[in-house]
Amino acid sequence: MYSRAYKTAVTIPPLVWVTAFLLIPYAILFCYSFWSVSSLQVIVHNWNLQNYAQLFRNPLYLTVLLRSIRIAGAVTLLALLLGYPLAYYLSFHAAKRKDLLYQLVIIPLWASYLVRGYAWKTILGSDGVLNGFLQYLHITHRPVEFFLYSPFAVILTLTHIYTPFTFLPIYASLEHVPRNLVEASHDLGASPFSTFLRVILPLSLPGILAGATFAFVLTLGDFLAPLLVGGPSGIMISNIVVSLFGAAYNWPLGAAISLCMLLLVVTLLFATERLEKRFTIS
Amino acid sequence: MNTASHASADHAAADALLSIRKVEKRFAKRPVLCGISLDVASGEFLTVLGESGSGKTTLLRLIAGFEQLDGGEIWMAGERLDQTPAYRRQVNTVFQSYAIFPHLSVFDNVAYGLRAKAAPRGEIPTRVTQALAMVKMSDFAQSAPSRLSGGQQQRVALARALVNRPRVLLLDEPLSALDANLRRQMQVELKSLQREVGITFIFVTHDQEEAMALSDRIALLRAGRLEQVAEPREIYGYPATAYAAQFIGQTNLLRAEVRDGIATAGPIAWSSTGPSGAATFSLRPESIRLSSPSHAVNAADVTVHFRGRIKNQSFGGAMDLLEIDCGNSHLIRARIPSPGLLDGLQEFEFSAGDAVRVREGDAD
Repeated sequence: MYSRAYKTAVTIPPLVWVTAFLLIPYAILFCYSFWSVSSLQVIVHNWNLQNYAQLFRNPLYLTVLLRSIRIAGAVTLLALLLGYPLAYYLSFHAAKRKDLLYQLVIIPLWASYLVRGYAWKTILGSDGVLNGFLQYLHITHRPVEFFLYSPFAVILTLTHIYTPFTFLPIYASLEHVPRNLVEASHDLGASPFSTFLRVILPLSLPGILAGATFAFVLTLGDFLAPLLVGGPSGIMISNIVVSLFGAAYNWPLGAAISLCMLLLVVTLLFATERLEKRFTIS
Repeated sequence: MNTASHASADHAAADALLSIRKVEKRFAKRPVLCGISLDVASGEFLTVLGESGSGKTTLLRLIAGFEQLDGGEIWMAGERLDQTPAYRRQVNTVFQSYAIFPHLSVFDNVAYGLRAKAAPRGEIPTRVTQALAMVKMSDFAQSAPSRLSGGQQQRVALARALVNRPRVLLLDEPLSALDANLRRQMQVELKSLQREVGITFIFVTHDQEEAMALSDRIALLRAGRLEQVAEPREIYGYPATAYAAQFIGQTNLLRAEVRDGIATAGPIAWSSTGPSGAATFSLRPESIRLSSPSHAVNAADVTVHFRGRIKNQSFGGAMDLLEIDCGNSHLIRARIPSPGLLDGLQEFEFSAGDAVRVREGDAD
């Protein structure tokens, strides 16, 4: 048994941390979301629901929010389509190359996010690597503009950045599929494809859910990729929040949007956690 | 007994369902199976018996199709089996760890094979219900496997395999995880189940008592080679090798010198018909008796007498185990029914025919 003093000593630091850097800021954010900005650019403490009303009345916010959700959905789908086969190959068929390939998947995570963002800017730009290459091959005659500064560029960049995050939980769940279940399935007459559908895929669902959640939540809150490669048509909800807290100086509205996003993400996390628990078999 | 077993061996060769021919298997150049040849008859209960590392599980996995052969062939009912993928073989396995699908109910586990092979939809519930009834698990059809005990999972695994009506059922130490009582009960059930369904069972175990209780024949495997294949009574009564004699039951190995029809091992001598020279004999502890005048008179020519000092006597209920010191560090173990408390020098006897000449293994 641990002494009371010991328990207090180990509990207090994280408690202080959570209070100072999570609870208090969120409380402040919560308060701000009910205040407003006067015509003299002063924040006045007149409690009202104007900010939330504006969020739903102004089509700009809803459009950008929906676009953010669409982009996050697309990135999630692509990350799953790329990450799952990769994880499956590594877990079931890579044999001796397993460790090497695993490291190759992990290495990009060590490079700065910004560097990878700029890399895509260099690749996709009108004077970029991709356009240069296409013109060199005479496939196109002038730079293709939509490569850069478009939702396409944002999806591409974020898929590149977040696929390893999707890969990791899927790989972990596949590694936990008992191999004798695969043998039992073959033994009972199920082909390798049928075995995949009926044994491996269901048992890796918790990993898929965790990976999808990573990709979706991280993309939904991303603001650097749209800033670097998104252009006006690739703006996402976080960019609006950034500008509301910056140039536009409308902290109350920014706070309201942030809290709505937070609510969305927390709901999502709870839902997927419950689903994961349902699919996880001890 | 001897002739009967020969007859059955011929029978096995004549209409062998499964024929294993000169099978070789290596793992990273280390030989695991070295030229195994074995025929299994239809409806037979064959036990592959061996220590861990003898290659018995590997042999099973080769038949199931989980491993590829490095040499030799496996045939089933006139067709080459070893080139057929596992999921097309009419062979089912009961795994040591059961390998029950954790995400499926008991019913769906048992139905798995029927669905995989696209059995007629209407047939599936009936066959699954029958299979579950056969292993007395009808009440658990809708249960999740995680809520079942080891013995219950074992039954589900058995039903899941048998429901497909395989030609050969492979059982990889299926009882090793069960406690002693449940194990004995399952042995009895397994044997009667096999008689009932008439499917060929190939049963892998390291437990020689289990092997003797269940099998029609035992294939004793040692370091990747077959030591002896015979019926339980024959392998016990007439072990071919010193290893077989020691592994199956307890025995005294007598290293003797045979000359002019007389075998001599230290202070003990008896008549033997084999060729002269050094030879090893197996003498089961229970074939040794306390000498009595009546025996000596009745069959003086075949009864062998010897004297020894009781070194140790352990009470075993029906039979006591004696360690007899015959001098010159010759220690003989005997199992004698309720002899009472013995000590000092005693006279013992056995029938010369009970000392069975065995081959010495290479590794001994």
